[in-house]
Amino acid sequence: MPRYYEMLMEDVRFREGLNACMNCGVCTAICPAAEFYNYDPRKIVDMVQGENDEEIENLLKSETIWYCGECMSCKTRCPRGNTPALVVMALRTLSQKLGFFTESEKGRQQFAIKRTVGENIFRYGYCVASYAVSPEMHREQGPIWEYILENTKEVYERLGGQVNELGAGPLRRIPDDVREELRNIFEVTGGTEFFENIERHSKQKAAEMGLEFKKEGLDNEYFIEVFTANNKKHHI
Amino acid sequence: MKTEGKRRIWADYQKEIADDHFFYVRSCIRQSFFPGSEQFFLHFMRNVMGKDVFENPSHTTCTGIGYHGDVVPLNTIMTVVARHFALMKENGYRNIAISCVTSFGIYTEIIETWKHFPEELEKTREYLYKATKREFDIPESMAHTSDIIYKFRNEIAGKVKYPLVNKQTGESLKVVEHIGCHYSKMFPKYGVGGAEFPNVLGGMIDAWGGNVVDYPERRHCCGFGFRQYLVQANRGYSLSNTVKKFDSMMPFKPDFVLTNCPGCNMFMDKWQYTMKEMEGIVYGDNGESIPVLTYEELAGLVMGYNPWDLGLQFHMVQSEPLLRKMGVEFDPDDKFKTKDGRQMPVPEKLINT
Repeated sequence: MPRYYEMLMEDVRFREGLNACMNCGVCTAICPAAEFYNYDPRKIVDMVQGENDEEIENLLKSETIWYCGECMSCKTRCPRGNTPALVVMALRTLSQKLGFFTESEKGRQQFAIKRTVGENIFRYGYCVASYAVSPEMHREQGPIWEYILENTKEVYERLGGQVNELGAGPLRRIPDDVREELRNIFEVTGGTEFFENIERHSKQKAAEMGLEFKKEGLDNEYFIEVFTANNKKHHI
Repeated sequence: MKTEGKRRIWADYQKEIADDHFFYVRSCIRQSFFPGSEQFFLHFMRNVMGKDVFENPSHTTCTGIGYHGDVVPLNTIMTVVARHFALMKENGYRNIAISCVTSFGIYTEIIETWKHFPEELEKTREYLYKATKREFDIPESMAHTSDIIYKFRNEIAGKVKYPLVNKQTGESLKVVEHIGCHYSKMFPKYGVGGAEFPNVLGGMIDAWGGNVVDYPERRHCCGFGFRQYLVQANRGYSLSNTVKKFDSMMPFKPDFVLTNCPGCNMFMDKWQYTMKEMEGIVYGDNGESIPVLTYEELAGLVMGYNPWDLGLQFHMVQSEPLLRKMGVEFDPDDKFKTKDGRQMPVPEKLINT
């Protein structure tokens, strides 16, 4: 059995986030995810501090670790200075490195986040940009959002900005050489490899599930499946 | 009564905010959804206060939404942020002004990580040099842009044209303030009032004549939850948390909501629209929804700026009920006009119109 606990200890967030949990449950009481999902951060921290690698492997393949919203409210309140959300973040990173994330419906969603927010970083230099938030994928943004996208130039000019042009200002175009620097940073720090790993395991899972997978873009069966699938078994 | 101990404890909740010479870093969400807010901040600081605020066009995303969406590794985001610090150093600045609460939380987390794990700082220096040949210093002072508006709240109070008072009744307006989790829940010492007594927005509301509403779910998350909103299948999480807050504030009949974080603003505005569409529920008085303003929009509004130059018309929930209460003089025909006065199409189905 691989030593998953030791792998987690290589992540500074895990070392910082896990001191000694006394199972008081304050984290669960304050947790927005625990109110919505069948989720108990206290149990996760307790399970992990037991250092049982079999249990940790189950956790890495589970839906459970994907329920946290990373609001970090637990950090403020833990009387022992633990941060369950940091423990969860370390678990999520390891789950993706080992390819376990595709074993759960919520874990598979990492592919959708990589293809949207992740790729926006290289494409635009922003995680989020108005032109990358399509009304079709964001109905909740309402008619004002369609209006802003249809009239972007005029709306931004009225508010003192110039979209997609070089120079200072809101939603300026990020120069090519700057985006190249971002790519270099991702390459040197393991960010690119992390992205490629998500792609590799997702492609494999798509084949297992018999779903169409394309090298790029959002227009493929696997993306639509992971972006929209909800088996409704995530709640108490 | 001896108060020395109390004063000492209270000192832990104060924040030193620089006075001038800021390196300004924009927010992906604020510049996409509320560009007028960022532009007003720059106008106010430069032209009203006469301060030096520098923006480098090579500044990019901090990758914070990707990091909290768990697709960007820690080493990567630390190095992207280090690059921002390198730009600041190259431009000769030591005070950073951050326009985004997610970024603000990222910067605090990274600086604290480097303090607790100095080897991570050294590793980041090597990564950055290898990737970009740049070198960086850690900022001497770090402020969220709301901290800076808070610092100058009394100067703004001296210029108030429309105080936060109901013009008809003479009563102070009731204001819900929403700080945003990553402002001070992670590292309280970086926030005005810490995590226990956050006063960055409350201080503005008090100074400009309003009353802060204290309601049970005041400190509950807006519901962003990163992956819980980014992925369509999870959005029930996001909506449910916003609904929990609005259900809790509703009996107090707030006149508007004031937000610190651009993401929170977007959710508290757009989920009101969603609830009205899905369930027919509105949370304000008189069958109206509750306007949700950024602190820059509010500062501009009380100082008498044209609400349509601030961008109030680009929320889903329209602000006219609030403008009427405050007695703001505004031209309805100017609402959807271009900068040079040409009429634009008028959007349909906005709320409160």
